[in-house]
Amino acid sequence: MCLAVPMELMSIQGELGIVELGGARTEVRLTLLEDPQVGDFVIVHAGFAIQKLDREQAEKDLALMAEVFGDGTPGGR
Amino acid sequence: MGEKAEQILLAHGSGGRLSHDLVGSSILKALPDPVLEKLTDSAELELDSRRIAFTTDSYTVRPLFFPGGDIGRLAVCGTVNDLAAMGAKPRFLSLALIIEEGLERAVLDRVVGSIAAAAREAGVRIVTGDTKVVEKGKGDGLFINTAGIGELGDGPGFSPERIAAGDKVLVNGTIGDHGAAVISERQALGIGGLASDCAPLWGLVKSVLDAGCKVKFMRDATRGGLATVLNEAAAGRSFGFTVSESAVPMREPVRAFCELLGFDPLYMANEGKMVLVAAPEDAERALAALRAHPLGRDAAVIGEAVPAPAGKVFLATAVRGRRILDMLVGDQFPRIC
Amino acid sequence: MKYLDEYRRPGPVQALLEKTRQALAGRKAVLMEVCGTHTVAIFRSGLRQVLPESVELLSGPGCPVCVTPNRYLDQAIAYGRLPGTIVTTFGDMFRVPGSSSSLEREKASGADIRTVYSPAESVELAAQNPDRHVVFLGVGFETTTPGVAACVLTARDRGLRNYSVLCGHKTVPQALRALASDPELRVGGLILPGHVSTVIGAEPYRFLVSEFHIPSVIVGFEPADIVQGVLMLARQIAEGAPRLEIQYRRSVQPQGNAKAVGFIERVFEPCDSVWRGIGNIPGSGLRIRSEFAEFDAEKRLDAEPEPEKSAAGCICGQVLRGVRKPSDCALFGSSCTPTAPVGACMVSSEGTCAAYYKYGRES
Repeated sequence: MCLAVPMELMSIQGELGIVELGGARTEVRLTLLEDPQVGDFVIVHAGFAIQKLDREQAEKDLALMAEVFGDGTPGGR
Repeated sequence: MGEKAEQILLAHGSGGRLSHDLVGSSILKALPDPVLEKLTDSAELELDSRRIAFTTDSYTVRPLFFPGGDIGRLAVCGTVNDLAAMGAKPRFLSLALIIEEGLERAVLDRVVGSIAAAAREAGVRIVTGDTKVVEKGKGDGLFINTAGIGELGDGPGFSPERIAAGDKVLVNGTIGDHGAAVISERQALGIGGLASDCAPLWGLVKSVLDAGCKVKFMRDATRGGLATVLNEAAAGRSFGFTVSESAVPMREPVRAFCELLGFDPLYMANEGKMVLVAAPEDAERALAALRAHPLGRDAAVIGEAVPAPAGKVFLATAVRGRRILDMLVGDQFPRIC
Repeated sequence: MKYLDEYRRPGPVQALLEKTRQALAGRKAVLMEVCGTHTVAIFRSGLRQVLPESVELLSGPGCPVCVTPNRYLDQAIAYGRLPGTIVTTFGDMFRVPGSSSSLEREKASGADIRTVYSPAESVELAAQNPDRHVVFLGVGFETTTPGVAACVLTARDRGLRNYSVLCGHKTVPQALRALASDPELRVGGLILPGHVSTVIGAEPYRFLVSEFHIPSVIVGFEPADIVQGVLMLARQIAEGAPRLEIQYRRSVQPQGNAKAVGFIERVFEPCDSVWRGIGNIPGSGLRIRSEFAEFDAEKRLDAEPEPEKSAAGCICGQVLRGVRKPSDCALFGSSCTPTAPVGACMVSSEGTCAAYYKYGRES
């Protein structure tokens, strides 16, 4: 029940922020976040940022996934 | 007292002096043409070809202006492209305007200027027309109808009947650009990075045909997008289509727009995109001809006609899954779920 | 598109599918995707066709549009017929049939009904149209509710007297309790909603494991997320060790977003709520606190909805609970189709029946 996408916070104007995904920019409300910073990636739903993306965790997960993919033997790891 | 911007009045549509002034200053001045200027009841034309293609379309887009175009440009390109899709060289257009009382004169002039520019770009002449004004509240600003005449060659014609399993499906570039731009403007979403692809496609089509490619079918992917064109072509026939999701060209901002609002780009409107179905042996040559043209730089082979399931369109998804691409029910709306 | 494209690559997805096959080793797994957005994501990415055959997917009640009773729509329609009102709604609700009409039909008949992407647009509309009353149809789960709460607070701060919310918000954990308690339900694992959980965290689901011993994983929405979530469930099932796990770790913190939850609690309070086809689920709804009564449409506006009617033969409720499939419904595909929907499951963009109709009809 929730269409939400990760977008990069490009600038902040009070409670509002400009976010970008794939070169498309739009305005979101940052009201629901604790201390957003320019450069954060935020999860955007219905015009509100509902959480910061944990980039460190994302990079860890992606690295793990690359390991899964990179492993040639079926059932390995 | 401040200057009020000049507005179109009911009297401008009544056929009297004001009508003549309007046609003279807002239409003829922007669209100089020896036939149009005669303002006869009908335009007398000469054609080089015995067989003609004839089409009409009405344009009701809101908002009137959007990134990449406006209703005027749309009114020319849409009709020109319907002719081009039949392999007909667009020659002449009619132009009927239904203006809502109170529309600013400057808006009308801007639209007509856009029509003139698009007509020059498309190589068509606007040779006859009509202007009506309706009461305030009855007209949404401006409606336009254009009808077009194009000249057909002697070939077998372009129709879904000619398609056979194995034929390749091509598109001349990125999809969803127009739909995304207009929806973003209309819903005041303020999403930057979007622009309509509105463009006249006869030159592009001609270059493919001149290269001697065996093209079976063409259609411009307007309302309902790519998926609708393919569904309509396959309906009730002995073939279906498979489309490869990763082969379909799309601009990143349009993809992002669709992600954000829950739209499916394969159903979004285009105004400068032609879907072509070509014999497999000519697919590469058709692709090269498209890519050599300024309006075809991002052209791609996106799928093919298949013997089964007949009448249906399937998508081979980016993760190597599969799903059906069914007919749209109605317009897509921005969604949160 | 960063943090999206990486989860859509065929290589990792195919590799994860293979691992899932191995983990199951022929065992059957009946998994429920609680959330309608998962239903659509699984179909749209084509995963439905390539998940291992031993994985059976049931769709659950996580479609806020589908579980909204006719009465809510009828009330919205009644407001739309009041002169001077503007009814604003998410696009998802626009075509949903009420007892005898829909917002789409009302608009065609002249009512001022407008779709919005964000609830914040309704607040702006109210500010720009002081002579009209703007009603916002507040539908959605915990992903959406914090934003609506923030809008009510903004409206109060700006002193807007012409804005109200018709609150139809519901909450997920109580619905899951009702589902888990249902003796008819046979489910081997739960795919929990990643974005609801982004707000509420993982703890509200603890009871699923501690009381009901159902393997549960909080899953994201990209193909790699979904397959990884299914793999995690397959492993739990194979090990016979139900746990509560988070697959969508980049977005879901175990404690969720406390600030967002705070907004919900500031403006709304729990109440009983009727879920279409399921009936009343205690404590599963939200209502506007009396302190904010001036923003509660039911307190501000006076318009009686028509008597509620439900369609005979419609089994949306059983479909929503996962005990029947759309194909089990006598109306499916014949008298109930996307162009002429009888129940909400068919018209909602993520309704189970709509998804099956759109994506599932293959030879």
